[in-house]
Amino acid sequence: MIHVFAFYLFAVLTVGSGAITILSRNPVHSVLWLILAFFNAAGLMVLVGAEFIAMLLVIVYVGAVAVLFLFVVMMLNIDFAELRAGFIKNFPLGVLVAVVLLAEMVLGIGAYRAGAMELGTPDGIGATPAGMTNIEAIGALLYGRYLFLFEAAGIILLIAMIGAIVLTLRQRSDVRGQNIGKQISRRPQDATRNVNPEVGKGVTL
Amino acid sequence: MTAFFQSLGMSYEWAWFVATVSGILLIALPLLLGVAMIIYADRKIWAAMALRRGPNVVGPFGLLQSFADGLKVFLQETIVPSAANKAIFLIAPVVTFTVALMAWAVIPFSELAVLADINVGLLYVLAISSLGVYGTVMAGWASNSKYPFFSAMRASAQMISYEVSIGFILICVVLWAGTFNLNDIVRAQQGHGLGILNGFAFNILLFPMWVMFLISSLAETQRAPFDLTEAESELVAGYQTEYSSMAFAAYWLGEYANVLLMCALNATLFFGGWLPPLDLPFLYIVPGFVWFLLKVLFFFFVFSWVKATVPRYRYDQLMRLGWKVFLPVSLGFVVLVSGYLMLTRYTV
Repeated sequence: MIHVFAFYLFAVLTVGSGAITILSRNPVHSVLWLILAFFNAAGLMVLVGAEFIAMLLVIVYVGAVAVLFLFVVMMLNIDFAELRAGFIKNFPLGVLVAVVLLAEMVLGIGAYRAGAMELGTPDGIGATPAGMTNIEAIGALLYGRYLFLFEAAGIILLIAMIGAIVLTLRQRSDVRGQNIGKQISRRPQDATRNVNPEVGKGVTL
Repeated sequence: MTAFFQSLGMSYEWAWFVATVSGILLIALPLLLGVAMIIYADRKIWAAMALRRGPNVVGPFGLLQSFADGLKVFLQETIVPSAANKAIFLIAPVVTFTVALMAWAVIPFSELAVLADINVGLLYVLAISSLGVYGTVMAGWASNSKYPFFSAMRASAQMISYEVSIGFILICVVLWAGTFNLNDIVRAQQGHGLGILNGFAFNILLFPMWVMFLISSLAETQRAPFDLTEAESELVAGYQTEYSSMAFAAYWLGEYANVLLMCALNATLFFGGWLPPLDLPFLYIVPGFVWFLLKVLFFFFVFSWVKATVPRYRYDQLMRLGWKVFLPVSLGFVVLVSGYLMLTRYTV
């Protein structure tokens, strides 16, 4: 009973906030609705017994990716009316994306009907191997069966990260950086001196 | 608790529902009362360190000061700036407040007193604490004012920076405990140091992690010396500038609930949670709840102490500490801890 109620609550909220994400006029509102959609998708994953994936979804997408989205959207001050002006021009491309998405959906539903892969069941029973928590099951797969693929993915990400750093790094000679060690090791007697000038004479610097 | 309500003649679903709701109330209501008293304690400690008296007028020793303040803000007018984005402006404090309460669901107050004893408990805490930034960012943007916006920018950069190192620190603890469940993490700490001290902090490899976690939790909750989001000399009151009345109070309650949560995490992850400090049989007579509370209060005292004595960081220093010091060191310790465990526990 409560399963069904929770499923429809999360599902309706996910679809609804997803729809408002693309319908809303204000880009910041769009991002906030997108966050709600992520959050409810995580709720759906908890329902099918994939709590580890659900937590990762919240940590990675809601906690990091969406914050950066929000950051950028708030800073850019996008004029959406201007973006909308190109609607007719981009219409064929939009239709193409829609057709691809529809084809994928039909394929996905077809594959589900065929029932070849038993990853989990709708009521969440048997989603993980018996006597194993989610994390253990995923860990056993990632570090056992798919070890090579996992490490290859890690190395590709590392290379991408180094690439991004190399692309944005530029040496500028006119900027003075801080040397923290030098700052800390500076003593008062290096920077100041105590003088006792005679009246009317002043101090020469 | 479900079994108790079932024994009163309820069906399982209803018993579960009633048990959960009463569990939530049993955590949330004392927590809010505790937050009110902890604000008073914070002001008293701060005053004592500055050789002042602190609140001493309302009630005996000023004990009721927080409630007087609460009544005051409750009776204030709620002002919404005319240029503000009204809906987001009003939702933002609710988000902060709710998120601050949500994470308490998995904190074990004693061996049995935990609302949701789930196997991804620590990940849940991480997930919820990463949501905390939204209340601040939404407030800063929706206020449509310069200083709140700066504050929101600072808050999001700060929280993302320190969440990374907190994540690595928690991974070290999880590696050692072998579980994400907070209750099991507490159990794994029994007799950890020299066979008698309960707590991961008495481990030579994890002690530096605890020091970094304490500093990171100060930064994560935006307490002094990392309170750059509400640095009054630069940003008026930061993201709270445009807020008044209950919305303002919601921010305060949320902030202190978060501070208490970080104290509770310090106690749970590194100082044995509801276990007594020493692994001696007669100490187990005292209920675990009392030990847990004492540890939380001790860490709160440390937080207040830091607030009263340490001057505020500059923003570039804050970023340097997060990215150039904590991140590489904690990453190094993940390698070190997993290497040590591989050699000793799993004997490769």
